Amino acid sequence: MASTPSATLLVGGYEVVIGFETHTQLSTQSKIFSRAATAFGAEPNTQACAVDLALPGTLPVMNRGAVERAIRFGLAVGAHIAASSVFARKNYFYPDLPKGYQISQYEIPVVQGGAVEFFLGEEKKTVRLVRAHLEEDAGKSLHEDFVGQSGIDLNRAGTPLLEIVTEPDMRSSAEAVAYARELHKIVTWIGICDGNMQEGSFRCDANVSVRKPGAALGTRREIKNLNSFKFMQQAIDYEVRWQIEQLEDGHAIEQATVLFDPDSGTTRAMRTKEDAADYRYFPDPDLPPLCIAEDWIAQVRDSMTELPRNMAARFARDYGLGEYDASLLTQSLALAAYFEATARACGQAKLACNWITGELARRMNTHNLEADQLPLPPSVLAALVARIAEGVISHSAARQLFDTLWQDAQVDGKASMDAARARVDALIEASGLRQMNDSAALQTLVDEVIAANAHNVAEFRSGKDKAFNALVGQIMKASKGKANPQQVNELLRKRLDA
Amino acid sequence: MPSPAMTDTSTTATHPTTLQGALHDATVYELAAALRAKQVSALELAQHFLARAEQHADLGAFVAVDPDITLAQARASDARIAQGQAGALEGVPLAHKDIFVTRDFVTTAGSRMLRNYRSPFDATVVQRLAESGMVTLGKLNCDEFAMGSSNENSAIPSVGQTQPGPVRNPWERSRVPGGSSGGSAVAVAARLAPAATGTDTGGSIRQPAAFCGVTGIKPTYGRASRYGMVAFASSLDQAGPMARDARDCALLLSALCGPDPDRDSTSLDLPKEDFSRALNAPLSGLRIGLPKEFFGDGLASNVRAAIDLALQQFQALGATLVPISLPRTELAIPVYYIIAPAEASSNLSRFDGVKFGHRAPHYGDLADMYKKTRTQGFGEEVKRRILIGTYVLSHGYYDAYYLQAQKIRRLIAQDFQQAFTQCDVIAGPVAPTVAWKLGDKSDDPVANYLADIFTLPASLAGLPGMSLPVGFSPAAADLGLPIGLQLIGNYFQEARLLGAAHQFQLATDHHRAKPAGF
Repeated sequence: MASTPSATLLVGGYEVVIGFETHTQLSTQSKIFSRAATAFGAEPNTQACAVDLALPGTLPVMNRGAVERAIRFGLAVGAHIAASSVFARKNYFYPDLPKGYQISQYEIPVVQGGAVEFFLGEEKKTVRLVRAHLEEDAGKSLHEDFVGQSGIDLNRAGTPLLEIVTEPDMRSSAEAVAYARELHKIVTWIGICDGNMQEGSFRCDANVSVRKPGAALGTRREIKNLNSFKFMQQAIDYEVRWQIEQLEDGHAIEQATVLFDPDSGTTRAMRTKEDAADYRYFPDPDLPPLCIAEDWIAQVRDSMTELPRNMAARFARDYGLGEYDASLLTQSLALAAYFEATARACGQAKLACNWITGELARRMNTHNLEADQLPLPPSVLAALVARIAEGVISHSAARQLFDTLWQDAQVDGKASMDAARARVDALIEASGLRQMNDSAALQTLVDEVIAANAHNVAEFRSGKDKAFNALVGQIMKASKGKANPQQVNELLRKRLDA
Repeated sequence: MPSPAMTDTSTTATHPTTLQGALHDATVYELAAALRAKQVSALELAQHFLARAEQHADLGAFVAVDPDITLAQARASDARIAQGQAGALEGVPLAHKDIFVTRDFVTTAGSRMLRNYRSPFDATVVQRLAESGMVTLGKLNCDEFAMGSSNENSAIPSVGQTQPGPVRNPWERSRVPGGSSGGSAVAVAARLAPAATGTDTGGSIRQPAAFCGVTGIKPTYGRASRYGMVAFASSLDQAGPMARDARDCALLLSALCGPDPDRDSTSLDLPKEDFSRALNAPLSGLRIGLPKEFFGDGLASNVRAAIDLALQQFQALGATLVPISLPRTELAIPVYYIIAPAEASSNLSRFDGVKFGHRAPHYGDLADMYKKTRTQGFGEEVKRRILIGTYVLSHGYYDAYYLQAQKIRRLIAQDFQQAFTQCDVIAGPVAPTVAWKLGDKSDDPVANYLADIFTLPASLAGLPGMSLPVGFSPAAADLGLPIGLQLIGNYFQEARLLGAAHQFQLATDHHRAKPAGF
């Protein structure tokens, strides 16, 4: 259970406790209660209809697509989908809240419970979800473009959101970020959210508190609107330090909502509990309870793509991979598809996995690419991996070839496996990196190195195993990296043992 | 009992048609037939009723008229009649309570907040009646945001006036017409319109209908789309027609009801109905339940006398009277005055001066803008209900008030279901008294609220209820003011209610009586 972590991480003697609320913008074409479009970036107030403007006499009508997406999410995290859930009004005055209330779900949300599992490093973590509820977004107040006045843009008003709330299960900023990344993966994987954090499609609020180990939960402060993973970690780290300093200085933490300023790297209180509004929640009489029949849930289940955790389990089972590797390969649908295509084409799943989670992942990071944007099609990587497995090239040679192939693959994703093999083989020949598998030639090399490094031989004979590796290194160097290391090992040992 | 109406010979003389008497004495049913038979044109009717509205502007019934628009609609109707494309109610004029938004007329909801507000769309009810061919005479006065039972709460000057004032009861101008659909009841009673739309949240169709001697029905909650009705209390608001008799109400109700799933989630998914289908059903065997709680000490003797006579008439028509009980009748008042203000306080939050409607001309910061705008824009009764509603929804009070009220509301609905195992319809008074004097209760909101006791239970249960004229107070005591009988049916039993009312009206004349001078 995540609530009792295996090893308690302490910061300055304090345990960090983090819970998340994430506003996920659902990828519907139209708004949650009106027919206006949800597209991002339109001219102000061009995507706000009478309902969004809260004109007198207008009423909300539920968008079926938003409910369908909530069901998908519930299924993806193993949650209970409520047969009947209730929309409530959250009442407060703000110029970008046209009705003077936000339609949300309060006492009975559509998605109840569930959990998100992920790896923090190689440690498996589980964060329990409290709920996920449907609600509408507010508009935007624009303070910059007007002198002495504020502009209101209601394009975003009524955009469907799924607010996903966790238990306070996270114990470090790193775990919080790993959770957020996993959640981001899930919502994009199942296609309910475009995941665009710059445009606000995935906004996280972090509830952060600290306590002495074993003590009751400390008072939390909520960091609002964390819209990048980088800021998320910085903000939580700063907040944790700040809270510990306060406590160490003898001050109590006051419950508050804070904003993170990326420029200064600090958090700043927006409002404290004393200013907290009384939202006067009550069931919205304009919307009957949201009833979801079992067969609708079954239909949604049948239409869903394989979930990341199921796919990871399958990878582990069918390809003999470790759980951690399988989770790395299922970071996105595209990456998983890339892996499967490669593994199937070369029949070397573990090796393909190592290349994808190593060399390929590094380049994806460097170039900020997704798995469906790679210049190197799976067939080419498969051909390369196959040649490594066959001992035609060494790993280090393959890394050099990979570089060339990344720059200029010459075959595309649609080309046949034969074409990919031909390309890789031609490159191997042209580069002269084909591994030396000729025993006679290798034997000569081994003998030469033994003769030239008598002291290493003497050391080895006196029991120093390290000297053996030094000799292997010398032989590899003499072969310009082309010698088959396994073969070298065998030949050398045979010679020295003789 | 007042003398039968004087005949307005100036208008009837030129119309030697099957229409008996003056044009404005004809019912919707008769006018529709005469229009189809081309005995009268939509244009003539529109002109006639516009002239009457102007002539009787002192009643304060209309808050908006626009002859150009009305006459254009009438001409279009005449064209459709000429082309054989007439709708069911083609060319018949009516006027809308100013709580329905309209493209062609301003919509004020009786509030300063919306003094010059014009909606970019028509309410579904307005649209449906227009689609059936009806011509809009204008918008009718009402209590601000439909809050009130005397129509003394309108903040909008009626047509021809510069200052807001109460709507006057045509039977006696010093009396209230009832509310909140006071303008609608007065327009029909004074023959300024053959029919009008009203809305009923806690009795706002039935009570003014009773006070003004007209027939009105509030259908089962969800029958009529609420799209385009300026919301007061969403779980209670229902639209319905007010007209001369039950037959007209059936015609109008058939036209204005129907599912509206794309615009109102609470609209019932039931096919359109012909509510006239049971008009001619005999009453023999009809079991009329009389809740003992409706006939207690609070009921004025003059009202009681007229109700008793009406019930005898129903017996004579073959119905049987069954004593029943609605034990939580008294609780309906506190329950309603928690739920309705709670919903209203939230529904009226959109009137904040930001997007439409009134904004205070001078203000400091945002909070000051809100404060001044709402202080200036809302009247006293509306503010009172916003305060009550805000209070009962507040943290720490919600469970004790709102939640408790919802529980009792369900019990009230259950009481009705229990009662309907013993009877087919329920009958009783609409209001404990006849129309009171203007100003009598203006300083006493609680007295106003208590007068709603007989209409609130059906509203809370979402049941259909109607009011039909059954007599008059003795002239000596109360100046000959109309008295209404309330009929409450089980869910979806509108046709049965209308049938019972129609059979009664075939046998009686109360619904034909009209105030002197009209």
